[in-house]
Amino acid sequence: MAQQAKFDVPKLREYPIVPRVREGAMQHSKPFVAKPEFQQPLGFPGELVDNWKEVALGKMGELLNKYRSVQVFLDICVKCGACTDKCHYYLGTADPKNMPVARQDLLRNVYRRYFTFTGKYLPKLVGAVDLTQDVLEDWYRYYHQCSECRRCSVFCPYGIDTAEITMAGREILDSVGIGQKYTNEIIGKVFKIGNNLGLPEPALADTLQGLEEEVKADVGVDVRFPLDEKGAEVLLVTPSADFFAEPHVDGLIGYAKVLHQAGISWTLSSYASEAANFGIFSGNYENMQKVAQRIRDAALDLGVKRIVVGECGHAWRVAYSFWNTLIGPFDFLDPKYPAPQHICELTYDLIRQGALRFKREANDHRVLTFHDSCNVSRGSRMGSTPGGQFEIPREIIKACCNHFYDMAPETIGESTFCCGGGGGLLTDDLLELRVKGALPRMEALKRVVDEHGVTHMAAICAICKSQFSKVMPYYGFEMDMIISLHQLVGDALDWGATAAH
Amino acid sequence: MPVVTLVYAALFYLATIILIGGLAYRIQRYARTPQPLKIPTTPAPTTRIGVVLRMLREVVFFASLFKANKWTWLFGWIFHFALLLVLLRHLRYFTEPVWGWVVWLQPWGVYAGYAMILGLLGLWARRFLVDRVRYISAPSDHLMLTLLVAIAGSGLAMKYVWHTDIVALKAFVLGLIYFDWQPLPADPLLLIHLLLVIGLVMIFPFSKLLHAPGMFFSPTRYQVDDPRERRHVARFAQAAGRLAE
Repeated sequence: MAQQAKFDVPKLREYPIVPRVREGAMQHSKPFVAKPEFQQPLGFPGELVDNWKEVALGKMGELLNKYRSVQVFLDICVKCGACTDKCHYYLGTADPKNMPVARQDLLRNVYRRYFTFTGKYLPKLVGAVDLTQDVLEDWYRYYHQCSECRRCSVFCPYGIDTAEITMAGREILDSVGIGQKYTNEIIGKVFKIGNNLGLPEPALADTLQGLEEEVKADVGVDVRFPLDEKGAEVLLVTPSADFFAEPHVDGLIGYAKVLHQAGISWTLSSYASEAANFGIFSGNYENMQKVAQRIRDAALDLGVKRIVVGECGHAWRVAYSFWNTLIGPFDFLDPKYPAPQHICELTYDLIRQGALRFKREANDHRVLTFHDSCNVSRGSRMGSTPGGQFEIPREIIKACCNHFYDMAPETIGESTFCCGGGGGLLTDDLLELRVKGALPRMEALKRVVDEHGVTHMAAICAICKSQFSKVMPYYGFEMDMIISLHQLVGDALDWGATAAH
Repeated sequence: MPVVTLVYAALFYLATIILIGGLAYRIQRYARTPQPLKIPTTPAPTTRIGVVLRMLREVVFFASLFKANKWTWLFGWIFHFALLLVLLRHLRYFTEPVWGWVVWLQPWGVYAGYAMILGLLGLWARRFLVDRVRYISAPSDHLMLTLLVAIAGSGLAMKYVWHTDIVALKAFVLGLIYFDWQPLPADPLLLIHLLLVIGLVMIFPFSKLLHAPGMFFSPTRYQVDDPRERRHVARFAQAAGRLAE
């Protein structure tokens, strides 16, 4: 049943069409601003500083010197329009400032005005604008209507990645004292407690014990959920949502079952009990590094040989693409395994070695499709060949399920649509945006539901899972249609003789 | 020496200095600015050779644009390759003797002139007809198209309507190169054509035409997808002692 909403929920159409521009359609959408106590621990001013204009332009100049991406991307756009119909937020809201090029222009027009010859002397000609309070507010609104999913960068003839511009915009906003509550509060919790949820060690230990009992009751096997066990082979870092949110926790149970059946010793860390790294969302290098550093420290402290990352999109991008730079080198780990390794890579290797026993019929009541998460698809890889991030999760699903159908090709793989809640937007103060941004994915899902009777959509990202559970009911889907990939694996594992004793 | 020759000779030298100096300045800026993190848009090549091939697909076939929008790709590709042919055709004014393949290219270069205008008009039509592209177009985007269409149009008009003395023109151009200045034929159409070209050359380093050199510095395209195998070290972070060691 469709949920009641205070805004118009888009209708699912059989053949999606690109909407006509509706100026100001999402002008009202902005997230809560972070209070001073959430700003200061991150090294940002508590509230808007008096000389914000100088500070903002100073920060912009600093970023132009620090990030080649920002400098080049602000210069080379030709306004060809290739990206204009690629953003899920534009497709779902029709607000022209949600077209990637227009989102970039919010920053580019100011860059032109203060940093380029033509903008300084012929501002009208090139559309350069002064940095005013209105512009600053537009930055806050529209840099929080981008999930940094990089879909636009696939289609840009020069590879301009709006995520880089959004990160720069947010970093400038943070530097003048206007941070986003959701993201900055969470980064603060990681600094203080070790995970996004603020879950302290005793509560975590308690939760894990509960899971052991649950699995024992369910399949009759003593699957362990070890915490802070020195000398374990694998340190598993996973998004903290996996500890109790639905359907995430079923994924965690799946990892534990896989590791148990394969006989790999492993542990979680209470100090680094979080794979997510919201530092990437605000684009701040120092915060991102500080969050990541806990994982290196935990790995050294526990003396593990491998680091494995659980199902989480942006966390995997940070781990795969940035960790070696931020907290490497990983010369203390076993060189036989990639560092870090994705849980899907681990499971897939075990499947190929024949180390896991499946009863695929266990999943026969489900007809599956798979949602490629944006950060995994366009910001990372799995396995040794390009595109492994698409093949490996599908191979795992096919190994443990009999019924699998992909969604339309232009909505998966490198062209996958964001769930609508990534990039630090998974907060209820942005609910309208999240619901509307999910439209392209919901339309693609509807088609496989109608054509193939798909009952479940698997995902490998904590944000995707939370977002879909929340927004699917608005489109008439059941919230439990979204499922963790490793739940499918866990459900299909065959305990055979082991289960008997 | 006629005044018009002196003025044009001076403008050509000035334009050359601005183009080379301006581009050198931008390129060194792009080259010197660090790229702290690995951000290739994946799936991306895992080797240097793979990156060279990816770049070639982008430069020669506009591969990403092809994925994005077939009309923009069609008009954009026609325009750029017609422009290339037209430029190559113009080599005959810069070399003596004229290279064989440039001679062979001459008729193709003329067809390319028409194709160039077709491509430009197609791209321009999008700026009026597609509401999204209309929204993002600034006056400079229209001006750039005006300039290019005017250059192509004045060039074709000289070929078919008001001829100019191309022997004298070539003497003028070679004179510029060898600092042995010769008079420029003072035909109005030629003067307009050359003035527009000089204008285009001068604005190159200050405009969106920077996409030509800039795309080779686009990290999402030039970076190799090998962050786990090779540690990418950020220069600025290293200098500030922000790398964990």
